[in-house]
Amino acid sequence: MRARPRLPSWLVPFLCLMAAVALPFWVPTYYTQFASKALIMGMLAMALNLAVGQGGLVSLCHAAFFGVAGYVLALTSPKYDAASLLLTLPLAVLASGLAALAIGALALRTRGVYFIMVTLAFGEMLYFFFHDTGIGGGSDGAFINLKPEIAIAGRQLLDLDKPMAFYFVVLAFTVGVIALLLMLVRSPFGHALAAARDNERRARSLGFPIFRIRLIAFTISGALAGLAGYFAAAQFGFVAPEMLGWHQSATVLAMVLIGGLQSVTGPLLGALVLLGLEEVLKANLAQWKLAEGLIVIAIVLALPNGVRQLWPLLFGQPRQKPSSGKVAPETGRG
Amino acid sequence: MAEIALHARRLRKQFGGVRAVSDVSIDVHANEVHAVIGPNGAGKSTLINLLSGELFVNAGSIMLGEVDITGLAPDQRARAGLGRAYQKTTIFPRFSVHENVRLAAQARSHAPLRMFGGIATNDEVNRRTDAAIAKAGLAGRESIVANLLSHGEQRQLEIAMVLATDPKIILLDEPLAGMGQAEARAIIALIASLKQGRAVLIVEHDMDAVFELADRLTVMHDGHVIATGVPAEVRLHPAVREAYLGNHGDAA
Repeated sequence: MRARPRLPSWLVPFLCLMAAVALPFWVPTYYTQFASKALIMGMLAMALNLAVGQGGLVSLCHAAFFGVAGYVLALTSPKYDAASLLLTLPLAVLASGLAALAIGALALRTRGVYFIMVTLAFGEMLYFFFHDTGIGGGSDGAFINLKPEIAIAGRQLLDLDKPMAFYFVVLAFTVGVIALLLMLVRSPFGHALAAARDNERRARSLGFPIFRIRLIAFTISGALAGLAGYFAAAQFGFVAPEMLGWHQSATVLAMVLIGGLQSVTGPLLGALVLLGLEEVLKANLAQWKLAEGLIVIAIVLALPNGVRQLWPLLFGQPRQKPSSGKVAPETGRG
Repeated sequence: MAEIALHARRLRKQFGGVRAVSDVSIDVHANEVHAVIGPNGAGKSTLINLLSGELFVNAGSIMLGEVDITGLAPDQRARAGLGRAYQKTTIFPRFSVHENVRLAAQARSHAPLRMFGGIATNDEVNRRTDAAIAKAGLAGRESIVANLLSHGEQRQLEIAMVLATDPKIILLDEPLAGMGQAEARAIIALIASLKQGRAVLIVEHDMDAVFELADRLTVMHDGHVIATGVPAEVRLHPAVREAYLGNHGDAA
């Protein structure tokens, strides 16, 4: 092992946060909006990773939870007025959480490939629910004319129509999601969830109620996906059934794989990488989807544990403190 | 007579037309090792799966102390005080030894699914973890990732995990399978020490080990119990000699 001075563990997250706070003051508005979008997709990917990475539950219906929250915002937004964020956000998250609870309660009775297929089927059901019924404009989707506002007693506190204000609200929620997920992953609950992923039979025979643990995790994961979906709908001012489709679910799964399953923030990095890649390729290549696909395959093959694997290669920092062997290697780290 | 830790009455299990277990009753006493023996296909593994809840009985009842556990799922039985080790070592291979055992202790703590706070804050869990690791002879090996342990040590680890759940009865399915002589000696000594304060039910093919460990024996054949009692009696039972040991003399 190379004898380099170790950076304090808080330093990197702190610097990342500082950079994220400083960003909108230095870049054109377009990139502030792009960063908001990336953080929103990062939230979705981190939410999904609670189920996939920590729980071993590969879900192909998280886009549906994402989209349900978006539709809740669209349906509760008055036509010529702004919706109240303090009212509609909890409602949207609740709706996604309930959808995840209902779908999870059925899908978690299956395992492995069957679980993937059942979640895919439920996701498509929700997609066609919005596609084929008049609710929310059918296949045309629905507009959200005004961004929701944060107001108390009629006084507006923050104008979310300003890209910078919107960005900071999204950033604050992203930090909140990271904190929540870190707490969960490091808690006894998180360890029990990981134990059930690694050896379900053993976890059950020790006395862990596997179904309940997984259902709770899946519900939280779905609710957080809804949080991301709410902001996505608010940012674009538009919702369409495609938001719920399996294509979207698979894209987020790709973000999780690019970022790495084994940490809380890895999928956020994966979202940044994938969206950044898209942005660069779109501007320069006609066949950008082909190039993107090849690069994603290359990343996943070369870095099976995600782009965070590059970190020790670049900086020679051991990922695991040798002295703290009691910490299981795959429990999430910042 | 000693207190009965587990009382199974007239258990029956059918797979299609085959009766894997029929009319099997067994009393496992506290502070004793009770061995179940019998030729392959006698229904021993089915019996242990019925007791642990991985299979449900078609008929009969199972009492754990005063509690009827017949209809309980495996995790509920575990929380009621039933611990089991599998024939094929069943651990969390990517976790450290300490974390494996700590998870077991956590499963039996007052708040096994607490969502906030770290994992090292529960003193009771930490105490039971350390005690179980020491008892199973794994002190000093805590930080090793479980799949790097030797086969014998993985067995010890599995027993440590079962111990950390503080069970009233431990079910061991062929604990000596695939083990070398030296490793087996260590496990036999460990199993002998487990019965203090609890009951142990063991299914094992190694007759030397069985007669060394068992305070009580049950012999199964074709899904039935053909004899049960202290080893010296059972050994002389004519039906046992006929069905299991054969007429070639003393298999022990």
